[in-house]
Amino acid sequence: MFAISQAPIDTLGLIAAVRTAQCGAVIAFLGVVRQSADDGRPVEGLTYEAYPAMAIAEMEAIGREVRERFDPCAIAIVHRVGTLRIGEASVGIAVAAPHRGAAFDACEYAIDELKVRVEVWKKEHYSDGGDRWLENVPRP
Amino acid sequence: MTVTLLAFARMRELLGFSQRAFTLAEGATIASLWDAVAAGSPGVRALRAATRVARNGELVNDAASVAHGDEIAFLPPVSGG
Repeated sequence: MFAISQAPIDTLGLIAAVRTAQCGAVIAFLGVVRQSADDGRPVEGLTYEAYPAMAIAEMEAIGREVRERFDPCAIAIVHRVGTLRIGEASVGIAVAAPHRGAAFDACEYAIDELKVRVEVWKKEHYSDGGDRWLENVPRP
Repeated sequence: MTVTLLAFARMRELLGFSQRAFTLAEGATIASLWDAVAAGSPGVRALRAATRVARNGELVNDAASVAHGDEIAFLPPVSGG
């Protein structure tokens, strides 16, 4: 399952989408809206937008790479769009694999790649009334 | 010919639209579309270098040709997650 969602992310549904009898490990990752920006500035919320056709195609490409590199049983990725408040999940990734090592590695790979490749954008809205579009940079 | 231009995030705000039809001369390229779009906007020109362009969902460079009915998208640096 690879999706862009206007609705809140259904975490249990995401996990259910990858669970199988062959897999002993299921990892679920949520990216959640924080109350402060990287520079400490207080945040009210975030607005996300996407180019759904390309974003879903890129998530599917990441899913193919994950299957080639880590041999997991299944992966699901959902990214939220719209206005999100503190504590809401903006992205959810679930990975199932026979053992936990591959599941952790696959999940980390998927979120790292998503952040620099998938056609989704976020704007931070600050408590002092300002706002700013962010740009992701690859993890060092 | 007419193409549809989609703009996202900061590029959408700079251009003032999320989707607009543009009429271009035959033989036009992505570069021609940029010239038509960025003419009156220093902000758009400044963001252009960091912006990727997709034609019908596939990334292309400035020299790529465009055809009637194409959906072109201006994609500023992403920030999902």
